[in-house]
Amino acid sequence: MNRLLSPVMITALVFVLGFAICAAQFPNFASTRVVANLLTDNAFLGVVATGMTFVIISGGIDLSVGSVIAFATVFIALTTERLGLPPLAAFAILLLLCAGFGAAMGAVIHFFDMPPFIVTLAGMFVVRGTSFLMSTESTPINAPLYSAVSDFGLALPGGGRLSAIALIMLCVVVAGSILLHFTRFGTSVYALGGNRAASALMGVPIGAMTVRIYMLSSVLAGLAGIVFSFYTAAGYSLAAVGVELDTIAAVVIGGTLLSGGQGSVIGTFIGVLIQGLIQTYINFDGTLSSWWTKIATGILLFAFIALQQSMVRLASRSRPRNAVAVGGGGVHPSVVSQGGVSP
Amino acid sequence: MMLRLPRRGLAQILALIAILLIDRLVSPQFFDLRLQDGRLFGSLIDVLNRGAPVALLSLGMVLVIATRGIDLSVGAVMAISGAIAASLADAYPWPVAVAAALGAGLVCGLWNGILVAVLGIQPIVATLILMVAGRGVAQLITAGRIVTFTSPDLVWFGTGAVLGIPTPVVIVACMLLITGVVVRGSALGLLIEATGGNARASELSGVGTHLMIVAVYMWCSLCAALAGIIAAADIMGADANNAGLWLELDAILAVVIGGTSLFGGRFSLVLAVCGALIIQAMNTGILLSGYPPEFNLVVKAAVVLIVLLVQSPALANITTAVRRARA
Repeated sequence: MNRLLSPVMITALVFVLGFAICAAQFPNFASTRVVANLLTDNAFLGVVATGMTFVIISGGIDLSVGSVIAFATVFIALTTERLGLPPLAAFAILLLLCAGFGAAMGAVIHFFDMPPFIVTLAGMFVVRGTSFLMSTESTPINAPLYSAVSDFGLALPGGGRLSAIALIMLCVVVAGSILLHFTRFGTSVYALGGNRAASALMGVPIGAMTVRIYMLSSVLAGLAGIVFSFYTAAGYSLAAVGVELDTIAAVVIGGTLLSGGQGSVIGTFIGVLIQGLIQTYINFDGTLSSWWTKIATGILLFAFIALQQSMVRLASRSRPRNAVAVGGGGVHPSVVSQGGVSP
Repeated sequence: MMLRLPRRGLAQILALIAILLIDRLVSPQFFDLRLQDGRLFGSLIDVLNRGAPVALLSLGMVLVIATRGIDLSVGAVMAISGAIAASLADAYPWPVAVAAALGAGLVCGLWNGILVAVLGIQPIVATLILMVAGRGVAQLITAGRIVTFTSPDLVWFGTGAVLGIPTPVVIVACMLLITGVVVRGSALGLLIEATGGNARASELSGVGTHLMIVAVYMWCSLCAALAGIIAAADIMGADANNAGLWLELDAILAVVIGGTSLFGGRFSLVLAVCGALIIQAMNTGILLSGYPPEFNLVVKAAVVLIVLLVQSPALANITTAVRRARA
């Protein structure tokens, strides 16, 4: 448990430090208003990143989430505005479609033994293409539910307003944490990412788990699409381009190993907040250009990956000698000693 | 090996011919060529010309994938090299601009290679860093603007012609030849395949795997930088936001369509380029057919899925089982 928590602690420390730097520089920064906006602006990212955490811990990857978000917004806009469906019915159909799509991807990955990277890449093309075919224009959503949702807000002391979508995100994060850490499903996800063959031998149903994990990711991406449509009140097939990368970056910054087997939803949540913090800092500063967001995210990514790598090295070093050879992941011990991690 | 090769490439070459024939059905003038101002024109030439950047990327990518790696940063490297070439083009002679752009590509490749080979970071993560940050760096170089240039020497890389053949096509042919001679003319190709097959076993049997992995990533980034110069020269400007955007995915698809497994090992340069041409022939065909370009992605996904399913180990197991049952 201790080893599992330590990357999260470092991520949390980085967030607190970053927030302190921002607060020291801008007197208005440390307010509930800024924090509430941070949660609202990154609500869809938090929802989709929760699903991605499960996929990555299980040793997979899901590149289709950004296009699923776009598809969701277009689907909701067209069904509610053109077909006159009530929004809640549209949400239900949408989430069912997403579940089917995720299950299909998981099934292809498992039964045809194909790399998740390529399967979800093809899934990304299919879904993005389908949303293009449905509509290439941005369609505004005028359903009464939408104005009700955007009017809703829990007033916080200090002028902040916790919006409905921020609450949805927080609920997803809490539910995701419980699912990952306190259920048999969550344990199986860790087992799958730790060692596929071993978990199969120990009775984890690999096929069913793979299908369910990708289903979860797609359903949460669909939910993120609903949140995104609340946020923008429009459906647009070019929305959320590149969100899959932001999501993967948030998961990695949150201390989840991309090789699987280690990570946590709460870490991902903080990873999302760190990305939001960089964006907010740049907005507050006003003189920094938007591309510094990308560079800063890249530097943070590198720092976290280097940190994880050295921690994995140190952990494998404390094991017996022959375990190092296996833990090195096919890299010769001489490479390890050149890695710059001095004992 | 000699006997296997034709059978291996047959599916891709047949697919390319089939798509070209479909294009011919869609547009009767598809195979027409004409010479104008000392340069060949026609839909076929257009497929080659438009496909050149992805073909270049896949040429580098196939080597990276053969070592069981992947390079997500090629699109960002294209943006960086295009930005550098465009910023220097009017102030300095073209060799300086091109050398600086290619040099930047090599530095990017060195960075990726060191992360993968020396630090032992998973390739997908290691190159994700440059994919995210690289586009920011490119925007930093152009200060967020679209930098335009007029230098005719640099423009030649995008729109010029050698003996009537567009320069990008000539560049791809040369790079394919050079890569082929270097990789297949020596044991290098075999060593790359060995590394992809089992890195540890190759290391123990004396292959300098980490040096080779660094070299392969540098070659991949060099190809990407060249593609970036072509893309910038084509529009006489560098757009750091959109240059090479999502082309890394097309390049990976081209390699996979070309029959190289994402799990490393045996690769084919010619078939990877063939894969890039298949993708471009589909794009051109959809444009010519008058269908909305929105169909592009769906058709692409369908073709990719079919090619992948045909190649998948599970299906191979079924077919061998059927063959055994017959025998």
